[in-house]
Amino acid sequence: MKFLKFLLVGILFGIVMAKSEAFSWYRIFEMFRFQAFHMYGIIGTAVVLGVIGVALIKKFKIRDISGNPIVFHPKEKSIMRYLLGGAIFGLGWALSGACPGPMVVNIGYGYVALVIVFFFAIAGTFFYGLVKNYLPH
Amino acid sequence: MIEYISQPWSWYVSGTVIAVIMFLLIFFGQSFGFSSNLRTICAIGGAGKVNKFFDFNWKTQIWNLVFLVGAILGGFVTKQFLSTDVPIALAEATVQDLHQLGFATPAGMQPSEIFSLEAMFSLKGFLILAIGGFLVGLGSRYAGGCTSGHAISGVSDLQIPSMIAVVGFFLGGLLMNWFIIPYLF
Repeated sequence: MKFLKFLLVGILFGIVMAKSEAFSWYRIFEMFRFQAFHMYGIIGTAVVLGVIGVALIKKFKIRDISGNPIVFHPKEKSIMRYLLGGAIFGLGWALSGACPGPMVVNIGYGYVALVIVFFFAIAGTFFYGLVKNYLPH
Repeated sequence: MIEYISQPWSWYVSGTVIAVIMFLLIFFGQSFGFSSNLRTICAIGGAGKVNKFFDFNWKTQIWNLVFLVGAILGGFVTKQFLSTDVPIALAEATVQDLHQLGFATPAGMQPSEIFSLEAMFSLKGFLILAIGGFLVGLGSRYAGGCTSGHAISGVSDLQIPSMIAVVGFFLGGLLMNWFIIPYLF
């Protein structure tokens, strides 16, 4: 069952989003008010460990589970799309208090209203596809 | 043990687990990026017929959808088996700011002012949920990633585009939090 491992890691993701309270609108509100270290601590810890781990993977040319070399794909160079797209994302993040992952964790947790948020996130992505060629990238 | 992990998790445990999740996905030959699922769902829904951006072999993305299903289950498991009645421990200043906006003292994990069924079925409440979600979906694809793809994965690889995206996340988030939300509530 080659997908089982992704299910298990997904479950772990759902648990950590909920138990860290990072899936809570309150915590996002608090983060953007700079009133607590909590969210910065979570993202900061993940990034510091991430930087170290990625560097080690590159240095020791670690392979993945099927023996293939692990490669990191550099994202295309640009400023506009990241800054503008990022800002649009940020507006939605602060308003709904959830990025895409935590949206579905909330649904599992029983917050039904997030079904609307998630549905419109899909609609927003579809809209991007429609207007993509008219946006500065 | 269950009692122990049912307590709210500290930032350092949580951050460590998130890094572990990213490395597990990398080790499994994939990468940590949740918002790709939104595009995949569009593709499965047939959006590829009307728009080239969604015309790709989504079957290579099934693993990420399975991850998504896991995330829902994880939320369910936490609520059913790993939660306590301890209210969310927000900063005192945050609770005061919330009171100023007319929010009640936090009880559950989400404010009922936004996420209760009552709010959801009001016009204003519905619009807040819908617009918030729409902006997240539009912005994450425009920026080529969300918190997991840029702020965690991209920054871990020291990619400049991801750092720019994170700056964007904060510009938009601060604008909403400080200058728009006060007019909404």
